[in-house]
Amino acid sequence: MSDSKSCRKSWVAQHIAELPRSGIRDFFELVNTMDDVISLGIGEPDFATPWHIRDAAIYALHSGYTCYTSNLGDLRLRKAICAYAKENFGVSYRPEQECIVTVGVSEGLDILLRAVLNPGDEVLYHEPCYVSYAPTIRMTHAVPVPVRTEAKNDFVVDVADLEAKVTPRTRVLLLNYPNNPTGAGLDWAAKESLAAFACRHDLLVISDEIYEEVNYAKRTPSLAGLPGMKDRTVLLNGMSKAFAMTGFRIGYACGPAAIIEAMMKVHQYSMLCASSIAQAAALEALQHGADERDAMCKEYMQRRNVMVKRLNDMGLTCFMPCGAFYAFPSIVSSGLDSTTFAKRLLQEKRVAVVPGPAFGASGEGHVRCAYATAMGDIERAMARIKEFLQELKSA
Amino acid sequence: MDNESLKREVVALLRRNARMSDQEIADRLGSTAGTIAGLIQELERDGVLMGYTAIVNDQSDNGEVRAIIEVEVRPERDTGFDIVAERLAKFPEVQSVYLVSGRYDLRLEVAGHSLQEIASFVSGKLAPQDGVKSTATYFLLKKYKEAGVQFSKDEKHERLKIVP
Ligand SMILES: Cc1ncc(COP(=O)(O)O)c(C=O)c1O
Repeated sequence: MSDSKSCRKSWVAQHIAELPRSGIRDFFELVNTMDDVISLGIGEPDFATPWHIRDAAIYALHSGYTCYTSNLGDLRLRKAICAYAKENFGVSYRPEQECIVTVGVSEGLDILLRAVLNPGDEVLYHEPCYVSYAPTIRMTHAVPVPVRTEAKNDFVVDVADLEAKVTPRTRVLLLNYPNNPTGAGLDWAAKESLAAFACRHDLLVISDEIYEEVNYAKRTPSLAGLPGMKDRTVLLNGMSKAFAMTGFRIGYACGPAAIIEAMMKVHQYSMLCASSIAQAAALEALQHGADERDAMCKEYMQRRNVMVKRLNDMGLTCFMPCGAFYAFPSIVSSGLDSTTFAKRLLQEKRVAVVPGPAFGASGEGHVRCAYATAMGDIERAMARIKEFLQELKSA
Repeated sequence: MDNESLKREVVALLRRNARMSDQEIADRLGSTAGTIAGLIQELERDGVLMGYTAIVNDQSDNGEVRAIIEVEVRPERDTGFDIVAERLAKFPEVQSVYLVSGRYDLRLEVAGHSLQEIASFVSGKLAPQDGVKSTATYFLLKKYKEAGVQFSKDEKHERLKIVP
């Protein structure tokens, strides 16, 4: 038994071993070792979940609603999701076939990509973007194809840039507006040209609309509501952001029945169903949560106004976000690159922001500042950043 | 934003925190401190903003006793409850007066230095008033929430410092 030691180089699957270790992990770890940091790095609401929603979860426990639900999710919740989607996103879905409850948008995206991609298929998406897109695509053995977006276009993806990257293997267009990390949104004209592009190349559109309700601009119907789009669009959304329910882990997908059915297969074997208690809370939120949802959104908007004004006043040019709770200022005027800027700001002034390249190479030159943070902390952080810039200049 | 909606937003913010500076209100609403100061002056002049007060957690023995008093009133022709209500409102120990629907008519909140002081206010001043049919007095024992502010804070759960 002398050679019981494995002679394999590694037990880790090759495509997982090849996933890049996030370049800013070291930075995150540094933040976690420090005290008295004001963090603008947190991409989740600072509000506790509204009480009536927590109370519904308590009631679910109390009344013993603690078993598995249907694989697709409790039908009452799916009915509420479809009614909510019709009212808020302007698209109608059938709760029995066209809707599935997932463990956050995270799982929704994962099982959707696994359901529709063959190895080697290409997925077009825009950068800077949410950190899990490229790895989730790679885990299905498909190929992530990022397209740059830029401040000069208000971070809206340019159809000409998409055209340049389409190949016969392109199968999916993955969109996220309102956008994490830029706060960019799509107006009606942009939606129309993206829809036309998807139809022209016969692509499936995955629309991650998790920030749709955290929206400060004029609302327009979802991409799925455009002519010809419903059959080729899967809408992903969830409770995390709009209802301050990140820890409940409830999301949902709405789309063509055949795709939902395929997602259900993956979900059934890997997840079985989402938490019944969290589903009960989500039902309460969708049916009775609009007032508090809108009040939180209004508070985010006022914080945005303050943060963006402060940033621009101190020379960090910042695009006015139209949704989500992130400002994405350019830090080029500081003369530092994004990661150095974030590290030194943390070490010298105890303010945490996320370096732009965490969201893709095209995020270089920017940092993400979340305003899902109490106003007092925003003001203190802005004052510290201003000092930091002044000290940089005089050094 | 037009002036009327701006005013509504200003009132909503002051209700939450009356000490918010003109500058912060302006920054939140995308306006200027000068404009906000002007609007607040107008709101005060027009009798919309009637005053500013503090929410105090004074559970400790600070020598103040408060009571809620339900008052049944015989309404008068033409003026209804107004004359009695205005008259009761003039007593300095009366902190608030509301006309309410339900079993009784006026709901008062009264403050004094002792139970006796409030009791003698009720028997000596309130009950004998013309038009007052009956009263019921409830002494406040403990405050849990006032003006939208809960006094016991939830245990603080730290969020992760960075969430992508
Ligand atoms: C764009 C985007 N999509 C998906 C998610 C994941 O959300 P969930 O909590 O629903 O899994 C996030 C969370 O930050 C996000 O920003």
